[in-house]
Amino acid sequence: MAVHRYHLTFPKELVTEPIIYYLGKNFNVITNIRRANVDQDGGWVDLEIEGDEEEIERAIESLRQKGVGVDPIERQVIE
Amino acid sequence: MKRIKSLKCRECGSEYPLEPIHVCEYCFGPLEVEYDYDVLSELVTPEKVAQGPPSLWRYYDMLPIDSPIEECVDLGAGFTPLTKAERLGERLGLNRLYIKNDTLNPTWSFKDRVVSVAVTKAKEFGFDVAACASTGNLANSLAAHAAKAGMRCFVFVPSNIELNKVVGSLIYSPQLIAVEGDFDEVNRLCIEVASNYRWAFVNINIRPYYSEGSKTIAFEVLEQLGWRAPDHIIVPVASGSLLIKVWKGIKECHRIGLIDSIPTKVHAAQASGCAPVVNAFKSGATTVRPVKPQTIAKSIAIGNPADGIYALRALRESGGTAEDVTDDEIVEAIKLLAETEGIWAETAGGVTVAVLKKLVEQGVIKKDELTVALITGAGIKTVEAVADSLCQPIRIKPKLKAFEEALRCLTT
Repeated sequence: MAVHRYHLTFPKELVTEPIIYYLGKNFNVITNIRRANVDQDGGWVDLEIEGDEEEIERAIESLRQKGVGVDPIERQVIE
Repeated sequence: MKRIKSLKCRECGSEYPLEPIHVCEYCFGPLEVEYDYDVLSELVTPEKVAQGPPSLWRYYDMLPIDSPIEECVDLGAGFTPLTKAERLGERLGLNRLYIKNDTLNPTWSFKDRVVSVAVTKAKEFGFDVAACASTGNLANSLAAHAAKAGMRCFVFVPSNIELNKVVGSLIYSPQLIAVEGDFDEVNRLCIEVASNYRWAFVNINIRPYYSEGSKTIAFEVLEQLGWRAPDHIIVPVASGSLLIKVWKGIKECHRIGLIDSIPTKVHAAQASGCAPVVNAFKSGATTVRPVKPQTIAKSIAIGNPADGIYALRALRESGGTAEDVTDDEIVEAIKLLAETEGIWAETAGGVTVAVLKKLVEQGVIKKDELTVALITGAGIKTVEAVADSLCQPIRIKPKLKAFEEALRCLTT
């Protein structure tokens, strides 16, 4: 089992969708929100995901497909 | 008594030992070096600083380093000139404008400050390999400092970038890894590599120490002004780290009694093509919405800045503001700084000067207020940004008559 940490960014149009609920329902992963800030205009969630590497990858890909920004918890380190 | 206490989470305040870690295990917040300011108050005096070396290491006591000062990895970064900008000031309508000229660092950018501290700390932790993902200032600086330190150096870049972008790093013989992917993929790979190899990724696992090096630019400004803080300081913003460390540096100097008061407003400068922090500031938001960068100011084009929300807090706490400028304004500002002060800045410097101009026009900065603009990198790094907009040479025959003819044309 692997554990990964991500910084998710939600655009305004996705705020009303229960996206993290579906992550746990559609994929065999355990989600754990560590910190978040969401309002009517969008927001972000720092999320820990536990599961098999491949399952996590599929879960992350589904988030990207939906339009959620997915970055490592460190975000962009290229300067 | 120890002057450096611990690493502390900026969000939840959890404390950690001083190790090569960067994220809080509880809330995933970033870790920050905590000092014992009572100890620092005793230790640091203007006289002691003045006796230190003419480099950033004169502020050794206020940096998270345990090695003796003689063992610090030093190419001479820091203690760059703070120049009174009479001619630029006149053009902008400012009587007390100063330029902090960080183009004069060993690899021509302020990154030498952070890298000098990071590589010193990496050696202290016993790392043999220093690494980073960058095509620009950071890679140049890391490759040079790793060479000096005798460490192996890995630089990760996307495989499709032009060779001339990395010559400034290759000269120091790092291992250059060209990754078949875009910047985001290189970014993700580096974070994975950092967690799988015991290497010092200066801006990942060494980041809490690395970023402390940025404070020294603020320390120097205050010292060079005779231990007083300016009314305004304009800072170019990429990840936001420099801005928050400038603010932290000013507050630290106040806390330990090096300066009496903090009249300083810290202002953020970004390019319009990548202005997530400015957008958030102007809209009154507390979070920063990522953007896709599109600007010539590539060295500060970070669309999803890690320290964005902390930069917002620092701006608001200091009473400062935030502005963005177009690529054309950036080019004009680079030329203005060069022709008035003889300083050739890279595009980030153009952003700073163009925003300074805007803030004066808006009345945010008044004529007689003490103002400092941070010029963080040299123009030689971004030649292509200005090459097409410069005037062309005047071609003449090798005859005095031809020269006089040309001269007449110039003066009429």
